[in-house]
Amino acid sequence: MLQIVVFSTLNGILYGMLLFMLASGLTLVFSMMGVLNFAHASFYMLGAYLGFEISRHLGFWSGLIIAPLCVGGIGALVERFGLRQLHRLGHVSELLFTFGLAFVIEELVQMIWGKLPVNYNVPPSLDFVAFRLFDTTYPAYRMFMLLTAVAMFAALLIVLTKTRIGLIIQAALTHPDMVAMLGHNVPRLFMVVFGAGSALAGLAGVIAGPALVTQPSMATLLGPILFVVIVVGGLGSLTGAFVASLIIGLVQTFAVAMNISFSELLGPIAPPLLGDLWQVTIAELAPVIPYLLLVTVLIFRPTGLIGKRES
Amino acid sequence: MTSSLRFLWPWLALAMLFAGAPQIYSSGSALTMMSVMGEMIIFALSFNMLLGQTGLLSFGHAVYFGLGGFVAIHAMNALIRAKVGVPVVVIPLVGGAAGLAFGVLFGLISTRRAGLVFSMISLGLGELVSSSSFILRSFFGGEEGITTNRTKLAPFFGHKFGSQIEVYYLVAVWCFFCIAAMYALTRTPFGRMCNAVRENGERVEYVGYSAQTIRFIAFSFSAFFAGIAGGLTAVNFEIMNAQQLGAQQSGLVLLMSYIGGIGHFAGPILGAILITFLQITLSDVTNAWQLYFGLLFIGFVLFAPGGLAGWLMLHRDAALKRELWRLAPAYGMVAPALAASFAGAVMLIELAERQLALARSEGSAMRLFGFEVDAASMGPWLMGLVLFCGGVGLTWLVWPKVTGAWGSLTSA
Amino acid sequence: MGVALALIDLNKSFGLTQIIRGVSLQVAAGERHAIIGPNGAGKSTLFHLISGRLAPTSGEVRLNGERIDGLPPFEIYRRGLSRSFQITNIFPRMSVYENLRCATLWSLGHKYAFWTPLDRLRDVRERTDWLMECIGLTARRDVQAAVLTYAEQRALEIGVTIGGGANVVMLDEPTAGMNAGESEQAVALIRQVTEGKTLVMVEHDMDVVFNLADRISVLVYGRVIATDTPARIRENDEVREAYLGQASGA
Repeated sequence: MLQIVVFSTLNGILYGMLLFMLASGLTLVFSMMGVLNFAHASFYMLGAYLGFEISRHLGFWSGLIIAPLCVGGIGALVERFGLRQLHRLGHVSELLFTFGLAFVIEELVQMIWGKLPVNYNVPPSLDFVAFRLFDTTYPAYRMFMLLTAVAMFAALLIVLTKTRIGLIIQAALTHPDMVAMLGHNVPRLFMVVFGAGSALAGLAGVIAGPALVTQPSMATLLGPILFVVIVVGGLGSLTGAFVASLIIGLVQTFAVAMNISFSELLGPIAPPLLGDLWQVTIAELAPVIPYLLLVTVLIFRPTGLIGKRES
Repeated sequence: MTSSLRFLWPWLALAMLFAGAPQIYSSGSALTMMSVMGEMIIFALSFNMLLGQTGLLSFGHAVYFGLGGFVAIHAMNALIRAKVGVPVVVIPLVGGAAGLAFGVLFGLISTRRAGLVFSMISLGLGELVSSSSFILRSFFGGEEGITTNRTKLAPFFGHKFGSQIEVYYLVAVWCFFCIAAMYALTRTPFGRMCNAVRENGERVEYVGYSAQTIRFIAFSFSAFFAGIAGGLTAVNFEIMNAQQLGAQQSGLVLLMSYIGGIGHFAGPILGAILITFLQITLSDVTNAWQLYFGLLFIGFVLFAPGGLAGWLMLHRDAALKRELWRLAPAYGMVAPALAASFAGAVMLIELAERQLALARSEGSAMRLFGFEVDAASMGPWLMGLVLFCGGVGLTWLVWPKVTGAWGSLTSA
Repeated sequence: MGVALALIDLNKSFGLTQIIRGVSLQVAAGERHAIIGPNGAGKSTLFHLISGRLAPTSGEVRLNGERIDGLPPFEIYRRGLSRSFQITNIFPRMSVYENLRCATLWSLGHKYAFWTPLDRLRDVRERTDWLMECIGLTARRDVQAAVLTYAEQRALEIGVTIGGGANVVMLDEPTAGMNAGESEQAVALIRQVTEGKTLVMVEHDMDVVFNLADRISVLVYGRVIATDTPARIRENDEVREAYLGQASGA
């Protein structure tokens, strides 16, 4: 029992960190540009696939560095030639553009790498056991993922709070027009931030790929959960995204570990109606939980947990 | 009275079109395609009640379509089992009622906020229902879905609706009435205030209206009509599958409406017809048809946000003043350039598709625009590249002529 | 003649910053009352508190004796108070006619009716035509609001505000950005459409204020420092110092 709790907590935090890696980039871009990037999860998938492709020829560590840069570059191009033309048409057009883009990226990935999962494996240098608890092992690769996520946050925090460009970004988050008046090239800043956000998503993909399955449906599986995270956390709030990511990460992981059905839980008081509903185990319910959380939070707190900015 | 004739003639024309189409396209597959078009027209129009008219972008509209269809199919099976004499013509209404019920239920949560939050809620709710379909197996039928047999229901004036042409007419009648009903809604105080909410949701509150209530009513109506479309689909195909309420179906109706043109009432009608046609015909011709849809969508978002209807209406003023001929020379120059870039793009995509996806299993020989080519050789690739780059470059060069031609039109 | 609008010890803070400090004011029915004050005094915030955009931190707002503080804007509107906006806040892609029509629908009782065709509603048509005539935009009936001239948009803004026949009309800087000729026309329009109604107006243009107002309140740093007739306000030393910037005896 303790075993399940410890491992589920570790895995839950890891999953939450992964979600936050994605949600933070998404929130930064949204706060600054007002654009909710539907293709963010697609950049995550691109990171995984590019990481796979590069690691096939140059090794995992090269992939770790090159793939996020590639994805960041693609993101910058998307902003420059796609989104920038659509700023004047309003946020709906921008959202629809990224929606179409997500779809196209998925189709291209399927075309190039096929519909089946690819063999993106944990590199031999990281393929050992980190520790053993009771009779179950915990892989070192997962610790590596955790470390990378923490390192990324630390780097993000330092850049945002201690560097000059971070200061400009913080200012542009709330007053882009003022920042432009002060002489900064705001369009270029947007491109940089969008590219950086995409690169972060790509990085998340590179490290998550070997642990989770690298397949064309990666983006469509994670995408909606990502949006649940930022809406539950409150649109535009990094803290909210952090809290929501951890909550959803932990809740879903714990749910998967619980193989008890509702009828077992409720015992004799389970009513005879809705037959198969009671046979459902909590584990089977796991995919639905984030959305139930979304609905519940929105009923009682429409602005999200730590909601700030209205769209 | 000429004013009521002027009002009536489009409807008469539409009715004649619906009635006469099967005489021109009478094959079984054509009838099936036209039946699907009828269902999609209702679906797309219901979607545009939200987006085009009230400014609400939903990523989960297929929920009401699908749930309407599932309730309809279960109703059909129940009626068959109980041997109750309800004819199949009423079943779409059952779908509509189900759509309305779920629309009201989910609408209470969804419509509290507008804008981006609404879109995200619709996405979440869509995924919620979609994921639930794997859990509630007896309702959704799991992988195989739920089937029925429409001919086992009570006959309607002797018709058992076994043949596709009978189903076509059933769909056509429902489609006509739904179009009329949804159009009528736009001409009511409620319909106008929906537009006001779209234009300026804040100001609406300062002229006495609760924007939330308007959104809620619009949402409920939209779900009702989506449910009718679902019910008709259940009757037509006699099977309902969890795919039909999922993200892909929601994306499809968005695509249809947007490409048709969300700014005009008839836009989604055009979009539904075109996309259904492409969906059915393209999938026979190429494996990359979904990629084409995605690129088509992005193309419209970037270059033609008003959709087909928007583009057509742009020319309305010029047409009324009989000045379209002024645009002809410029269009004549740009059309081949656009056609070349389009052909080049298709070539490159098809070649890539063949080389990357199929070459290993089926070899690299393929048919491209009727010619036999080898996807492994340089020739076709070079040609595709030249066509695409040349076409795009030429379009860019010639485009000033188009803007010039527009400028030469006498302004209103 | 009762009190149409009463503000009773109204306070509004945003976090630690207090914007409105204990404002008490009474506007009599049929009165034309202007609120003036330097930039940042809290005039817009006051408007928002009265019209329902913001809820007060403490204090009451009473419309014809009934408490309306904390109610949503549409509830306040339905009780007979309508406001205009300093930055034109209309329906940009709708025509002049359609803009005005939207403003008439609720008060004519049509509410959320989805069963009657608008074209058949004669009362709507007549009222909208009358409104259009009132604000002088009949010639621009089918023009999209977004392409009207600035002065025309401001006139439309007023038209939408009074469209529902509210008895208490609040205008937020109605002549902002207008030249002398346009201001004169606007003043004439305002005088005409608020005949017999209560008017509360925020304005910076002193000519307009002294022309139209029966009484003036001066708001400085969230406090009303004086409420009086235009003549006496002109003489008031405190007002002069704080706002008009003239030393006494000038």
